Amino acid sequence: MYIIVVGGGKVGYYLTKTLLNEGHEVLLIERDRGKVETYNERFGSVVLAGDGAEAAVLANAGAARADVVIAVTGEDEDNLVVCQVAKQKFHVGRTIARVNNPKNEQLFRLLGIDVTVSQTNHILNLIEQAIPKRAFIHLLSLRHADLAIIEATITDDSPVAHRSIDDIELPVDCVVAAIARGPEVIVPRGATIIEPNDEIIAITKREQEDELRRLLVID
Amino acid sequence: MKVVIMGCGRVGARVASLLDHNGHDVTVIDSDAAAFRRLSDEFDGDTIIGTAIDEDILRLAGIEEADAFIAVTNGDNRNIMAAQVARMIFDVPQVILRIYDPVREDTYRRLGLTTVCPTTTISAMILDQVISAAGEPTRPRVVKEG
Repeated sequence: MYIIVVGGGKVGYYLTKTLLNEGHEVLLIERDRGKVETYNERFGSVVLAGDGAEAAVLANAGAARADVVIAVTGEDEDNLVVCQVAKQKFHVGRTIARVNNPKNEQLFRLLGIDVTVSQTNHILNLIEQAIPKRAFIHLLSLRHADLAIIEATITDDSPVAHRSIDDIELPVDCVVAAIARGPEVIVPRGATIIEPNDEIIAITKREQEDELRRLLVID
Repeated sequence: MKVVIMGCGRVGARVASLLDHNGHDVTVIDSDAAAFRRLSDEFDGDTIIGTAIDEDILRLAGIEEADAFIAVTNGDNRNIMAAQVARMIFDVPQVILRIYDPVREDTYRRLGLTTVCPTTTISAMILDQVISAAGEPTRPRVVKEG
């Protein structure tokens, strides 16, 4: 696969290294000529000096035959334009943009970027999961359907403790996918009773996450 | 008419001052507070410190009621992103942006944005001058002042 990476910061550097190791044809575009020289010494001549948002630079990089263009600079506006120019001008099949401000994730998708990666959101999620004794944790956002996977720890005073799945009124677009009870994982049926200390894994529409939280952990 | 302008450089400040002078409701956004000194002394509109690629700043500037949005910062990509937010998220009827890079300008004009490219405009004007001057039988005289 021919992959163009724009932006040679830490993310761009390690991404290029990994992709090269995997045997892909990679070209990294970086503005800072000092970095370009250093990287070329390290990787062989796979780094091009220039502004990846400029069509002339992308043309030089052979964007027209690229399978993927990945924009990972620290500026959201630059990542957006790199991907849009790649798509509109060079008809690149897949564009991936790093999103620095989580608020821009939705906008990028609306503006035709195929994949967005929000490191801020990822880091927040990881930290959230690492904080002990939290009753309700957002595990993962599933991008396309606006779905989230959550984990809730049931306590004795949880509104759903000692009740069966059939018995609790889940919000419309929610489903309990699994219950972890000690070492066991139970795939719940309607008759399954929820017990204190159960860890519930549920899939929910993002807009119903708060409702689900209230149902499972807050009275 | 309600107009939101992003970028209070020479162009942004002048457009803002002229529109304000003509009785329009103008809000100017710039990330640098010092930039607002470029506005005319009579400027009576609002100024907001921030970046217009942030939806919250745009809302604060009254983008939801705006008839026009003008993006004239020095950054082509910032202008492009802000213009698309104004167009796609806030449905602003008239969106005008400056793009220095002619190729990028062409790309976004094709996408339906109203773009102004100083590079091509000014080059064309200079070329016109050179060519019409070359067409004259005699070289224009150099007039010394003072």
